[in-house]
Amino acid sequence: MSTYSSMAELLALSEKNGTPVWETVRLADCAEQGITPESSWETMKNLLSVMRQADRGYDRRHRSMSGLSGGDAGLMEDYIASGKSILGPLVSRVMAAALRMGECNACMKRIVAAPTAGACGVLPAVLLTVAEAQHIPDDRVVEALYVAAGVGAVIAQRASISGAECGCQAEIGSAASMAAAALVHLLGGTGEQMSNAAALALKSLLGLVCDPVGGLVEVPCVKRNVTGALTALSSADMSLAGIQSRIPADEVFDAMREIGEKMDRTLRETGEGGLAATPTGRRRTNPRE
Amino acid sequence: MSIFDILGPVMVGPSSSHTAGAVRMGQIVRRLVGGEPVRAKILLAGSFASTGAGHGTPRALVAGLMGFDPDDERIPRSFEIAKERGLAFEFGTVTLRDAHPNSALITAVNDRGEQVEVGASSPGGGRIRVFEVDGLPASFSGEVPTLIVRSDDMPGYVSRVTGVLAAQGINMSKLQVERSARGGRALMVIECDQRIPYRVKTAITAIEGIHKVTRLNPGEESK
Ligand code: SF4
Repeated sequence: MSTYSSMAELLALSEKNGTPVWETVRLADCAEQGITPESSWETMKNLLSVMRQADRGYDRRHRSMSGLSGGDAGLMEDYIASGKSILGPLVSRVMAAALRMGECNACMKRIVAAPTAGACGVLPAVLLTVAEAQHIPDDRVVEALYVAAGVGAVIAQRASISGAECGCQAEIGSAASMAAAALVHLLGGTGEQMSNAAALALKSLLGLVCDPVGGLVEVPCVKRNVTGALTALSSADMSLAGIQSRIPADEVFDAMREIGEKMDRTLRETGEGGLAATPTGRRRTNPRE
Repeated sequence: MSIFDILGPVMVGPSSSHTAGAVRMGQIVRRLVGGEPVRAKILLAGSFASTGAGHGTPRALVAGLMGFDPDDERIPRSFEIAKERGLAFEFGTVTLRDAHPNSALITAVNDRGEQVEVGASSPGGGRIRVFEVDGLPASFSGEVPTLIVRSDDMPGYVSRVTGVLAAQGINMSKLQVERSARGGRALMVIECDQRIPYRVKTAITAIEGIHKVTRLNPGEESK
């Protein structure tokens, strides 16, 4: 992965080698880790199947240990079935999928951290739902996961993918940025459009603090997965429409780092500030075994 | 860092540090005590103590002690499974100075009555770091092949142990040696470039004054 540390370098590498962005990400990682492209592909394909299993295994009756999470995706599904949703069937299905995964995580189900457990719903929500709606084959979805991983790798190098370090912008923000670029690949966009979508998505979530109630990965995490997924959808659409981010992706990532460094520690996963410090947030004490 | 640190790990939620990392901690204690743990006393510190229960940290630690991996769907039921398997456990809290906020001090006893006390932290991403074994300071993650040797402090034992590795063509990348007092208990932690084969363990165990040899080969944690 040391072969690129910016989106600009990743795109240049892809150009130079004449390989698509996803393939450039895969080959760079294989060289670095000493694994074969085939085994890398198998690992990635397995991540997709774990995402799908988690999505299908959702049970609206399950609750988290704290009792704070569970059942909301079920409510969303009922609402979609009523046909009244403002955003229409596809987008509300993405919302339901993001809630399902977030709730699965809160209820100790098996998920794929993407890039973290708290933000695990964003990427599968948009990829699984859009791929299904548009009958996109699995191989292309796996390729899109490589694109997401490449964007995440750049963010991790230039800034952070940890709420404790840079706030929620680094978790939900990074997930949205990765998912936006992945969606552009899914829909046949160019490398420039992927990078642009990544920039657009993260820009919208800069400054987001990490303020989990009771220090638990539940409130606001589960519902922020919806925010991340919706931001990814709109950013991919804007990018494919030809709308430019005036600030390039790499500079957006650097801005996130700067903002994270200035963020007070009470707003970086300590559960001491923001929503966690509200009167209601404070009343949610941690359960005991 | 690999792209599968960005997408991944596959894990049982909700938290990579408080759940997946806690499973890894339990696994390392299992390896260090050797055999089948029958009793464990787990003291939670810092954020593990304050938010652990809501993250399933206690269940994750017990799951790791039984050798489950972080993606094992039995983790939420680990307490019940431990009862069936005859692993008795108790929890408490402890204040650890200078330790990372996500830490635990775990004492485990195996079916042969052997005991180990391990202090470990989970800084994030499901990674862990052991900072203490049997009261002696240490620092290792188990992400590279690692050999942990507990022994008496005797003249020349370090070179005898490293001699075994050299004879097997295994390159050391890091060597830590600690002792309780001159002639007291000693702890040696050796990180290596190659997988550590079983015959290394046998050869080192045969050296006089060596009490316990543990091999940690990444990807073989739960065996
Ligand atoms: S609020 Fe914090 S713990 Fe929750 S998803 Fe955001 S970064 Fe993760």
